[in-house]
Amino acid sequence: MNDIWRMIGQRLLLGVLTLFIISVVIFGATELLPGDLARELLGQSATEETLAAMREQLGLNDPAPLRYWNWLTGVLQGDFGMSMATKKPISELVGVRLGNTLFLAFYAAALAVPVSLLLGVLAALWRNSIFDRASNAMALTAISFPEFFVAYILILWLAQSGLFPSMVRITGATSMGELLYMAFLPALTLTLVVTAHMMRMTRAAIINLLASPYIEMARLKGMSPVRVVLRHAVPNALAPIVNVVALNLAYLITGVVVVEVVFVYPGLGQLMIDAVSNRDIAVVQAIALIFAAAYVLLNLIADVLSTITNPRLMHRR
Amino acid sequence: MEEPALLTIRGLRIEGRSGDEWHPIVKGMDLTLRRGEVLGLIGESGAGKSTLGLAAMGFARDGCRISGGTIDFDGIDLRSAPESRRRGLRGKRIAYVAQSAAASFNPAHKLIDQYCESPVVHGVMPRDRAEADAVELYRRMRLPNPEEIGFRYPHQVSGGQLQRAMTAMAMACRPDLIIFDEPTTALDVTTQIEVLAAIRDIVRQFGTAAIYITHDLAVVAQMADRIKVLLRGEEVEEAETRGMLAAPREEYTRSLWAVRSFARAERPPATGTPVVSVRDVTAGYGAVDVLTDVSFDIHAGRTVAVVGESGSGKSTTARVITGLLPPRKGEVLFNGKPLPSGFKARSRDELRQCQMIYQMADTALNPKLRLRELIGRPAEMYLGLKGKALETRIRDLLALIELEPGKFIDRLPGELSGGQKQRIGIARALAAEPQLIICDEVTSALDQIVQEGILKLLDRLQVELSLAYMFITHDLATVKAIADEVVVMQHGVVVERGRKAALFADPKEDYTKLLLSSVPEMDPDWLNRLLAERSGSGPQA
Repeated sequence: MNDIWRMIGQRLLLGVLTLFIISVVIFGATELLPGDLARELLGQSATEETLAAMREQLGLNDPAPLRYWNWLTGVLQGDFGMSMATKKPISELVGVRLGNTLFLAFYAAALAVPVSLLLGVLAALWRNSIFDRASNAMALTAISFPEFFVAYILILWLAQSGLFPSMVRITGATSMGELLYMAFLPALTLTLVVTAHMMRMTRAAIINLLASPYIEMARLKGMSPVRVVLRHAVPNALAPIVNVVALNLAYLITGVVVVEVVFVYPGLGQLMIDAVSNRDIAVVQAIALIFAAAYVLLNLIADVLSTITNPRLMHRR
Repeated sequence: MEEPALLTIRGLRIEGRSGDEWHPIVKGMDLTLRRGEVLGLIGESGAGKSTLGLAAMGFARDGCRISGGTIDFDGIDLRSAPESRRRGLRGKRIAYVAQSAAASFNPAHKLIDQYCESPVVHGVMPRDRAEADAVELYRRMRLPNPEEIGFRYPHQVSGGQLQRAMTAMAMACRPDLIIFDEPTTALDVTTQIEVLAAIRDIVRQFGTAAIYITHDLAVVAQMADRIKVLLRGEEVEEAETRGMLAAPREEYTRSLWAVRSFARAERPPATGTPVVSVRDVTAGYGAVDVLTDVSFDIHAGRTVAVVGESGSGKSTTARVITGLLPPRKGEVLFNGKPLPSGFKARSRDELRQCQMIYQMADTALNPKLRLRELIGRPAEMYLGLKGKALETRIRDLLALIELEPGKFIDRLPGELSGGQKQRIGIARALAAEPQLIICDEVTSALDQIVQEGILKLLDRLQVELSLAYMFITHDLATVKAIADEVVVMQHGVVVERGRKAALFADPKEDYTKLLLSSVPEMDPDWLNRLLAERSGSGPQA
C-alpha cells in the first residue's frame, strides 16, 4: 500500500514538472502569435503615443522572461491575470466556463463509458457474431465522420422535429433537469465520437486474453461463457481499458471545441476560440494550461487504477 | 463380474484446422478407463495426447473439432449431450490439471477464490465449507502453511507449490476422473518428486480415476497402472505398466525406451590452457548477488555441464561469460587472457569466439528471415564472407547439421519442425566459427527421440571442430549423455564439480546426492523406494 502512495507522490511531482514545461511551451507559443494587443484594444485609429502608453501600462515592453515569471507566479496563486478584451479577471471568466465544460464532459462520459464497456464485453463474448459485426460497424461509422457532421445530423434528426434543443443557453436559474435536457445533443454527439475507441479497446483487450491458459482452465472447470469473460478475462484486461477510458475523458474535456461551437455551448472551447480571435493571449494561455492539467491528472488516475487492479504490483512476493 | 467402465471412447476422430483445411489429429482412438484406475498416455509432441485428454472432457480447443466416434462418461454420451450438460460435468465430475500451473491460475484472483469457484458454482458445497475443504486438501498435498497459502496470489507462490495447489483445486468437487496434462514437465527434478508423490497419494486416497499425460517414460512408470503409447494420433500399443516396461511389443515403443540409453564415454581430462576460465565470479542484479565466487574451466573439445534447479544461477553464469552481465567481482579468461567484462567493450573477434544456442528455438529465430539469412548473417558479419563464398559457407553449414541445403536454404523457420529449428540454432552458432558454444537447455523443449538426434549432432561437431561446450541443463539424463565434467550449482554457488563418471558414481555433497537420486528411473517401484529411503523408514509394506 505504501508503494501506491509513493507512486502517486512521484507521479504528482512528475505531473507538476510536466505542467511547468508545458507552461513554458504555451508562453513561448503565444509569444510567436502575430498581432499587437494594444492595437487590438485601441483600434486602427490609435496614435503611436497612445499605443506606446498602452503597451507600457500592459507591461508588454518588459522582457519575455520577466513577463513569463510574472504570469507564472500569478497562476500559482490562482490569478490568471485580466482578460484584455473583456477587462474581467480571467479566473472569473474561466471558472464558469470550466464548470460548463466539465458538466458536458461528465455527461458524455456517463453515457459513453458504460455503453462502450458493455458493448465491448458483449462483442468479445459473442465475437464474430452478427451483434459483434454490427456494433463494430456502427461504432466505426460514428468515429469516421467529423464531429460537426455528426452534430448537424443529430440536429437534423432530433432538433428539427423539436425533440431536443439545438442550442444551449445556461443562465443562473437553469435547473439540473433543464440542463440535462438542453445538453443532450452535444453530449450524444461526443458519446458517438468516443464510443468506438473505448469499445474496440475493451473488446480487443478481452479477446486477447481468451487464448490464455487460465481462460481454458476456467472453461475446463465448467464455467459459463459469461462468467469466463466477466470473472476471468475482464479483471486482467482492466489496465488497457482504464487507460483508453482516461484518454477519452481527457479528450471530452479538451477536444470539445467544435461541438461547443456547433451547439453554442458556453464552455471553455468556445471561450478559447473567442480569445484567439480577439488576441486575448492571457485567456488562451490559461485555458491551454487547464487542458494540459486535465490530461496530466486523468493519466495519473489511469496509472493508479491500473496499478491497483494488478495484484502483481499490489501484492509483492 | 466386472463393473462398467467409467470412460469409454470408441473410434474417436479429432481434426484441427490449418487455414481452410481440416487435418486429422486423432485418428480413430479407443480408450477404456475403469473407476480408480490411472492410465498413462505417452508419446512425442504432436501425438495427440493432450487433444485426447481434453476430449475425455468432451472439450475441443478452438480450431479443433471432434469429427467422429463416441465418448461415453459414466453412461453420458459427451458428444451428443448439450453444452450445458458437459459444463455441469467439467470441474465437478471430470477435472483437469494443466501443464503450467503458473499460466493456468488466473493472476487476478487468490488461489482459494479459484479453488472455491468449482464447488460453489456447481452447487457442491457453500463457500465456507469449500474454504475449509481447501485448507484440508492443501494440507494433504503437503503445501507449506495450508491455512494461509490459499490467500496468496499465484505470483506469490512457487511453481511446484502452484502445481500442487492446482491438483488440490481439481480435487475440490471430488471428481471421478482427473486429466493430468504433463503436470510436472515444467518443474525441477527435486520439486517433481514431491509433486508426483502428492498427486499419487491423493488420487489413491480418493480412488479417483486419472489419465496421466506425459512424454517422460520414467514418470509415467511411477504413476500409471496401464500405459498407452501414441504416435501421430494413433495407438501404438497399450499394456499394463510392468508388462510394457519389461517387454514392449512394438518397435516404436522400444525406440522410446532406447533413447535413455544414449551416452558417450567421457573424454580424457584435457591439458593446457582452458578456452574459458571463470575465476571467482560474483554477480547479480540490483542489490542481490545471484552468483557467489563461481569458478570453473572449459577446455577445447570438452563439455562442461552446469546443472542445478531453476534459480541456481546457471543462466546468470552464461550471461557473465557472454558479457551481458558484468560481474561485480572476479573475471573471465579466454585462452588465458582476461575478457573485458561488458560485451560492449569486447572486440568483434572476442564476441565471435563465444556463441549461444537457446532453449526455445521457436523464439530464438527471427520468424521473418529465411534460413539463408539466419545462418548467413553471422558468417557475413564476423568473417566478412560475401557472394559466392557466403553461399558456399551457408550450404556447408546446412550440410553439417544434416539438413539438405538445396531443400532448406530458402525456408522460413515456421516451415521447420522443433528439432530442425534447433539445428538451425546450432548452425547459426557455428557460422561464427567460435571456440566456445554455450548451450542453454537446448534439448529441454524437445521430444526424447529428437533430443537424441541433437545431442549426437553436437557430439559429432565437437569432435570434428574441437569445440568447447558449456551445457546448461536441469536434465541429468542429458548430462549423462554428453558431459565430460559436471558443475553442480545451488543458490548461485558451485556445490560440487568433478569428472562425470566420478561424480555420478560417488557424489560427495548432500545436494548432489539429492539431485542425482531425484532423477526418475524406469523402475515402477523407484518412487516408492526413494520416498521410503528419504523418510528413513525402510520399504513400505
